[in-house]
Amino acid sequence: MKLVLERFAHNALALLAVTTILFFMFRLMPGTPLAAFINENLNADQQQAMLQQFGLDRPMWQQYFIYLGNLLTGEMGLSFFQRRPVTTILLEVLPNSVILTLCSLIIAYIFGVLAGAWLAWKRGSWLERIAVPAVLATRAAPEFWIGMVLLALLSFNLGWFPSGGASSPGQAYTSNWQRIASLDYLQHLALPVITLALYLQGLPLLLMRSNMLEVMHEEFVTMARMKGLSEWRIVIGHAARNALLPVVTAFALGVGLSMGGNVVIETVFSWPGIGRMLVQAVSVHDYPLAQGAFLMIAAVLAVMNFVADLLYMTLDPRVSHGRKG
Amino acid sequence: MVERAESRGVTPAPLPARSGWRLPPMLRRLVTMPLRDPFAFAGITIYVLFALIALFADQLAPLDPMEILFTKAGKLVANVAPGAEFPFGIINLGRDIYAQLIYGSRSALAVGLSAAVIVATVGTVVGLLSGYFGGWVDSLLMRIADMALSLPFLPFVIVLTGFLGADTRNIVLAVALLLWPNSARVIRSQVLTLRERAYVEAARVTGASQWRILFVHIAPNILPLSFVYAAIAIGWAIITEASVNFLGFGDPTSVSWGMMLQDAFSSQALSRGQYAWFVPPGICIILVVVAGFFISRGYEEVFMPRLRGR
Repeated sequence: MKLVLERFAHNALALLAVTTILFFMFRLMPGTPLAAFINENLNADQQQAMLQQFGLDRPMWQQYFIYLGNLLTGEMGLSFFQRRPVTTILLEVLPNSVILTLCSLIIAYIFGVLAGAWLAWKRGSWLERIAVPAVLATRAAPEFWIGMVLLALLSFNLGWFPSGGASSPGQAYTSNWQRIASLDYLQHLALPVITLALYLQGLPLLLMRSNMLEVMHEEFVTMARMKGLSEWRIVIGHAARNALLPVVTAFALGVGLSMGGNVVIETVFSWPGIGRMLVQAVSVHDYPLAQGAFLMIAAVLAVMNFVADLLYMTLDPRVSHGRKG
Repeated sequence: MVERAESRGVTPAPLPARSGWRLPPMLRRLVTMPLRDPFAFAGITIYVLFALIALFADQLAPLDPMEILFTKAGKLVANVAPGAEFPFGIINLGRDIYAQLIYGSRSALAVGLSAAVIVATVGTVVGLLSGYFGGWVDSLLMRIADMALSLPFLPFVIVLTGFLGADTRNIVLAVALLLWPNSARVIRSQVLTLRERAYVEAARVTGASQWRILFVHIAPNILPLSFVYAAIAIGWAIITEASVNFLGFGDPTSVSWGMMLQDAFSSQALSRGQYAWFVPPGICIILVVVAGFFISRGYEEVFMPRLRGR
């Protein structure tokens, strides 16, 4: 329990540090935060009044604490361009990102674990000799390039999938959830998910393979062999179970990491997620929105790091002690 | 790298940790390693090939990559399919794809190498100091590393380059800022074990100074690890530069593979099926990045048979 609290504090502090870096980074950016809001026709007095209204006349450290306080209540300010609360905008697009990430990760990990275990079993065959470099190549390819090739082949050439967005024009839905449950949404989701899954499967596959190879030499597997268990029972019941542990942790970390990496995938497929929102906000210098989107991605990363820590501790008691962050 | 170093027919040479920069065996193995590991050999070959292409780009590509070509009648040469005269064809704005591809290797090389040098240097120095001295130096440096690791990678690079300006140097800076902790952590843990070895003890007994022990006796044994992380950083930097370019925050004046992909994407090359435009740059990126993977894998296998990724 003490260890859990320690990890929690550790990740919370890291997030606080990120928030702090972000606050000062955005404050030191060129141009005052007011530039986007100030009307040309305002005179100096009115400008001063606005500065006061936004709290921008106070010293930097006071602004920082006001900012932190607002964050805790979920208040992230108004978007310069959309003139709507940042929190509202982000919560609108967050489900899209989460669905994309989770679907891809689940597909990637199911495939990766099975294929990895199989490749470990097929060790030394010609298939392994081809498969491992091929998998490395998918890890080396830029995500967006995989997306571009698939888009050109499957969408523009063969016409199997829509080329972008999350729903066809002219569709009307009564609620956001109804939209997500529709067949149209699934059709739009398919290609981004395939692309992301193709990119992500390399990690679980290689991890599973090397874990299996390692576990196969451990004493408890030799023990199982000596007990006369069938090869199948040894692989599934003994080796795979133990080889899976690091993969489960990697899955949790993967959720956090790919939320950040989705930035490019969402842009290729015009997928209305949080990553694309960040890109758009940065390119039009919409500071509050960019800051909010970045923070949300960082928060997901921190939460998932914590989850990975917890999983690590519960799943493998051998490693929970003596590990220093 | 996540895959484990396991012997693949090649028996990894035992690593006798000895001190001294001028010790031939360590350096000799550093150089001969690629000959023993086919993967590493392939990786080095790819690097050398691209370095040569970058070096002789002027000779290899007679056309200027940014030059807009016109026919004799003064008409724009646009969207030409690959053929004898233009091996990869011409983009929609009349620029030669082959020339862009060749010159792109220069920017890839520049981005990759500069990021690798910074990451390896900072990572090695921080890892050495942190592992050797321990105490508050260690805590401080490792907390900074944790902080850098908890920043989401690509979003951070985008925000930084988006606001600091679309300059390739900013991209390299951002990449280096986020990548050094990985190498620092691994090198630190390696230093922790080296510090307790008998030969370090012996050096201490003979009265060698702290810095001498650190840089003359320990650092040479860390060198292979620094190379591994440098090789990985090359790949990351090139992919990141391409991604940032693709998202529209790249340096508009430089010719790079990422710029080509962005160009192709935004000019609807995908719907026109101009595969010769956007497939080759991707292949080039994959080759360079895979080369880094292969090299690091080879070095890990030969020098650090028991090393686990990260």
